[in-house]
Amino acid sequence: MKNLKGKIILFSVLGLLVASFFIFSFVDVMQVISVLAIPVIIVIIPIYGHAKGIKVYEVFTEGAKEGFQVALRIIPFLVAIFLAIGAFRASGAMDILTWILSPITDRIGMPGEVVPMALMRPLSGSGALGIMSELIKTHGADSFIGRLVSIMMGSTETTFYILAVYFGSINVKQTRHALPAALAADLAGIVASVIICHALFG
Amino acid sequence: MINIIWLSMIIIGVLVAAIRCLGVTVTPLGIYLAPSFEPLSQLTHSIFDYSEFAVTLALGLVGIMALWLGIMKIAEKSGLITVIARAMKPLMIKLFPEIPPEDPAMGSIIMALSATMLGLGNASTPLGLKAFADMQVLNKYKTIATNAQCTFMAISTSSITIIPATIIAIRTAAGSANPAEIIAPVIAATAVSTTVALVMTKILQRLPRYQVENYLEAEAEEVKHEES
Repeated sequence: MKNLKGKIILFSVLGLLVASFFIFSFVDVMQVISVLAIPVIIVIIPIYGHAKGIKVYEVFTEGAKEGFQVALRIIPFLVAIFLAIGAFRASGAMDILTWILSPITDRIGMPGEVVPMALMRPLSGSGALGIMSELIKTHGADSFIGRLVSIMMGSTETTFYILAVYFGSINVKQTRHALPAALAADLAGIVASVIICHALFG
Repeated sequence: MINIIWLSMIIIGVLVAAIRCLGVTVTPLGIYLAPSFEPLSQLTHSIFDYSEFAVTLALGLVGIMALWLGIMKIAEKSGLITVIARAMKPLMIKLFPEIPPEDPAMGSIIMALSATMLGLGNASTPLGLKAFADMQVLNKYKTIATNAQCTFMAISTSSITIIPATIIAIRTAAGSANPAEIIAPVIAATAVSTTVALVMTKILQRLPRYQVENYLEAEAEEVKHEES
């Protein structure tokens, strides 16, 4: 009985979502989701916490305390990556790389400036974050490139790092198809980001 | 890997700037040199600029990170993950057919993936490690990954992310008019990448070259090597 109720809720949510794509445009639906996500979450989570007897205000501040540490922790990584990026960009080497890769990147509609970030993403999260921040600084957060790198950053992962940490922790040496599958997923995430970004903000 | 990339980016950058200092222009009439230190001093300038920007940027993140980590702490303490985990169980049983539904590994897999979905960065890594340890108990050959481990790995690196908090924070710090506008596109793009991850693992795990038997020989040889 309980299971049935869950299924009804799940299917009605999915049904509404699919129906909304037919009634409104893809762009409208995406915008509504983006606008509603944060308000819905900041209401639902504290209400749920309160219902479970959590001292919501105190627990919130306890978590918020970590915000400063997170920001401080990334400074060394940002400085390191900005040193490399700064040298690479100011010297004109970035322009050369962009020019070399342009035949491939133009075909999928990806600006060449974004390539270094796509290459860095599976290797280092802080490195990719640095490149993303730099591109957003140079081109503006609301430019096509600014939006594209934001979406790419959110939809891919530090695959090599996660692979090393997870498999290393249990001493597995032969990772079989884990890496190719994960890298294929990253590539799909990048291509999907480009297509979606063109559809929404192109 | 990252060490080599970092070093080569700096070396290439300085080299390219140094070459540009020669100011070589090739024309049909001949090759002209116009040496100047301009490109190298520009490089120095830009490096200093960027390191200052690193700190400004990081400090700009504090507010939104604090806000998000606060909300997520409530989610963590109230056991919201358990609720999501319960809803995801039927799907997970299908995705991990090798793992018995009542095994502790199933529970920890679901918890870890739910935490990743919520973007609970700090909480999801320990949960992921726990899931791997539990799956390892079911692993017959301890140094070779199981299908379940590969599937888990592929899903967690491509996982649907509901709120990319750090990115929203950076966009806000950079003065975006609508920092949250990327939420839906990110959900859509991760839906695509998660689907690809699942399809790829299911296809690849059937290929002859990824069969466990192939690795058994390699492992046996390595052990022999170590002993001798």
